[in-house]
Amino acid sequence: MKLRASFTINYARSMQFDLDMESPGITAVFGKSGCGKTTLLRAIAGLDRHSVARLEVNQQVWQDDKVFLPTHQRPLAFVFQGANLFSHLSVQGNIEYGWSRIPANKRKLALQEIIALLDLQTLLQRKTVKLSGGEKQRVALARALAVSPELLLMDEPLAALDQERKEELLPYIENLNKELQIPVLYVSHSSDEVSRLADQLIFIEDDCIKATGPIEEMLTRTDLSLAHRRSAESLIHAEAGEYDQQFHLNHLHSAIGDFLVPGKQIQTGKKIRLRLAAQDISLTLEVQKDTSILNIFPATVAELFAEDDAQFIVRLEIRNIFVLARITARSVSSLQLEAGKKVYAQIKGIAVLA
Amino acid sequence: MFTAADLTALGLTLQLALFTTVILLLIGTPLAWWLARSRWNYKFIFEALVALPLVLPPTVLGFYLLLMLGANGPLGQLMAAFGAEPLAFSFSGLVIGSVFYSLPFVVQPLQDAFTNIGRQPLEAAATLRASPLDRFFTVALPLARPGFLTAIVLGFAHTLGEFGVVLMIGGNIPGETQVLSIAIYEHVESLEYANAHVLSAGLILLSFLLLLTIYALNGRFRVLRL
Repeated sequence: MKLRASFTINYARSMQFDLDMESPGITAVFGKSGCGKTTLLRAIAGLDRHSVARLEVNQQVWQDDKVFLPTHQRPLAFVFQGANLFSHLSVQGNIEYGWSRIPANKRKLALQEIIALLDLQTLLQRKTVKLSGGEKQRVALARALAVSPELLLMDEPLAALDQERKEELLPYIENLNKELQIPVLYVSHSSDEVSRLADQLIFIEDDCIKATGPIEEMLTRTDLSLAHRRSAESLIHAEAGEYDQQFHLNHLHSAIGDFLVPGKQIQTGKKIRLRLAAQDISLTLEVQKDTSILNIFPATVAELFAEDDAQFIVRLEIRNIFVLARITARSVSSLQLEAGKKVYAQIKGIAVLA
Repeated sequence: MFTAADLTALGLTLQLALFTTVILLLIGTPLAWWLARSRWNYKFIFEALVALPLVLPPTVLGFYLLLMLGANGPLGQLMAAFGAEPLAFSFSGLVIGSVFYSLPFVVQPLQDAFTNIGRQPLEAAATLRASPLDRFFTVALPLARPGFLTAIVLGFAHTLGEFGVVLMIGGNIPGETQVLSIAIYEHVESLEYANAHVLSAGLILLSFLLLLTIYALNGRFRVLRL
């Protein structure tokens, strides 16, 4: 998907969104609550019309000074926060609503395929009011996919669900992109969802788009506030390898080396993401031999950034990949850290994002 | 029990209520839709106009309609120019009067129903390729169904009971403009209380049954928003 957008939005305050991106995967629109993420998504969908705007998707002009393609003529689909199903139609009626409105030759997905993908076979005849929150969102997702959209817009689809339901729905969303190759713009204020799902990140702050790029690069950019959050983190792509039966350890292959992660066996060959919290990484000058820490990588200090009087964020380079560590000012001083210095990164906590 | 004239009046009343309700649905639906959806700042002017028959004495409405529709009125003369009979003192005149008289009883429940749908289902439909007209028929109308039921019953029941407007523009022509309420009035004037009782009690029963229907089917029913 190629998307070029420029919106000047004047509501209670003025917002300016300029965007030029190309992404086949899931692109998260990320920022604090109330930063204008939903406003941007609605503008792209044409649900709100702003007078100063330009929007081009896949070389097709959706809006400029002269053109305003109404929502129903844009080849997109939208999943709303509250599912927003039609209460007068059954589950099947909802799914078929958009499906029946596109020409047969534009239907890239079979209805049965969508229904199977979202496990809705047993719910088809149900009334929508009788569904749980998670089921509603699955139906909303199916209904959106049934129009074979060129672009799928999702507005906080998990925000109204409890943790358990979120966990239930997340794999379906992850699958969307893997199985159907539909580009997704995913609005969220939850960094959990974003690190798990997103390939690209559009970061909104101070009423404009601060930066866009691959999520793993964005998270470790010290010029963005993302790297300075209490929950600052780095993402590493990995693939599950052999499993140590004796100690129940997974060997995970990544571009920076092999990680050892305890727990249940992860299916060999499975692509996963590893989340490394900055506060779980410590630095040493020599390799520690007698340590309980399993994951130690040689690294180079790329950049030091004083967070306050007590703490630093250190941007480390490990085989051309950047990882953040949060350490104390005292350690920076005692280890005499400076850019270019060779260190060892000891990674204590690793979260595997399936 | 019923005299032949009473039965004629009953038939005429039901016919009038039916015609009026159908016409009101045709006019009231787009009007209510516009009132519910428009963001125009001055739409309250139209809301007030629609509500006017609620507070006006029906005779006032009837009086002006008589002036408009009568042989010397602007519409009456227009009709005459096309070789048609003036509408005053005719069944068609009654229908026109009743449409004005019962307008708020149809428009307000519909407007409420359309407003209660909210914009979300319509936006969802728009993202699913439905054009505005398509959205109206496949989403707004089905979701507003309770409102339609209320509007139909209220419009019908309210027209059954009209008196003042009919008296002014319809007069009392048996088979043409003599409706139930007028027939009752005439029975009382002629001291035929038994006949008046039959018709009055019948009208109470019929109206009650109609209202019972909407209350039973639609628990959240509110008659008017005034």
